[in-house]
Amino acid sequence: MASHATALRHHFENPDQQQEASSLGMWVFLLTEIMFFGGMFMAYLAYRQAYPESFAAGSAKLNVTLGMANTLVLIGSSLTMALAVRSAAAGKSNKVIVVFLILTLFLGSVFLGIKAKEYHDKWIHHEVPGANFHPDEWPKGVDMSHASLYFGLYFGMTGLHATHMVVGVGLLLFLIIKAGRGAYSPAWHTPVEMVGLYWHFVDIVWIFLFPLLYLIDPNFGRQ
Amino acid sequence: MSTHQVESTPQVHTKHAVHIVPVPVYLGVFFALVIGTIATWQIALIDLGRWNAVVALTIAVTKATLVVLFFMHVKYSPKLTKLVVVAGIFWLLILLSITECDLLTRTWMGVPGR
Repeated sequence: MASHATALRHHFENPDQQQEASSLGMWVFLLTEIMFFGGMFMAYLAYRQAYPESFAAGSAKLNVTLGMANTLVLIGSSLTMALAVRSAAAGKSNKVIVVFLILTLFLGSVFLGIKAKEYHDKWIHHEVPGANFHPDEWPKGVDMSHASLYFGLYFGMTGLHATHMVVGVGLLLFLIIKAGRGAYSPAWHTPVEMVGLYWHFVDIVWIFLFPLLYLIDPNFGRQ
Repeated sequence: MSTHQVESTPQVHTKHAVHIVPVPVYLGVFFALVIGTIATWQIALIDLGRWNAVVALTIAVTKATLVVLFFMHVKYSPKLTKLVVVAGIFWLLILLSITECDLLTRTWMGVPGR
């Protein structure tokens, strides 16, 4: 089995130390990701402070139901991912790991499908920044040009998040193939654990994106 | 702390001290996250003025903390990992707050450019 050769590299004292080194390295990578997204969150904060009305009006154009659904789907996928990692660590058969990974992959794909539907809706309603930016039923007295900043940030932030989801889907496919061949054991399942950390991180980004983008003021312009 | 001999078979290492979190803990965190999501949505429909943003972010930070502690196992990780995570988030807060200091105070003095 492949796990035989990879169980313990000679430069580590024991599997605990090897495992801790991998987790630490993954966390350092995730912190660079936090800084990456942090820049976009800062841009969002700055412009929302500068143009609060345009941002609220833009936010009210989003479909809160789909955003809610996607949040719940992603939380569900984090649960199945956590259970996949647990199964690997607890020494369950690789078949159990595969089942949880496929569930995670399914939920991740549902998320991307709903996201694609949302992007399509924005496209046909002229809510994509650019030459044809002209949202319907725009509230009177609210500056539309600054709303294109909001939609620019919406597409930038959700697009970067969705890109991370696509990468995550690729990583899950890799794990499913490896686990299908019985590669993982309690002594060595580092890839499952690391992809788990990545997947939960992407979930956390969405936990912040959902209220910031969808829920500035859902009733804006409708009173 | 263990002082294993270096062995080539993985089976001998199965007793090491990796913490297996019970399934009910994961389910509890999952339901807390679902409740937090529904609360965020419902509270956003009520007009609280500037407190809407405060409540939404408080719930989001709580949800993120649950994910980090339990799903990402930081609660059961060595102190070194905990330190790195906290230091990274603290650094992000420094960057955000220093930028805010600039943005929020620019208009205080009547200097050209703003």
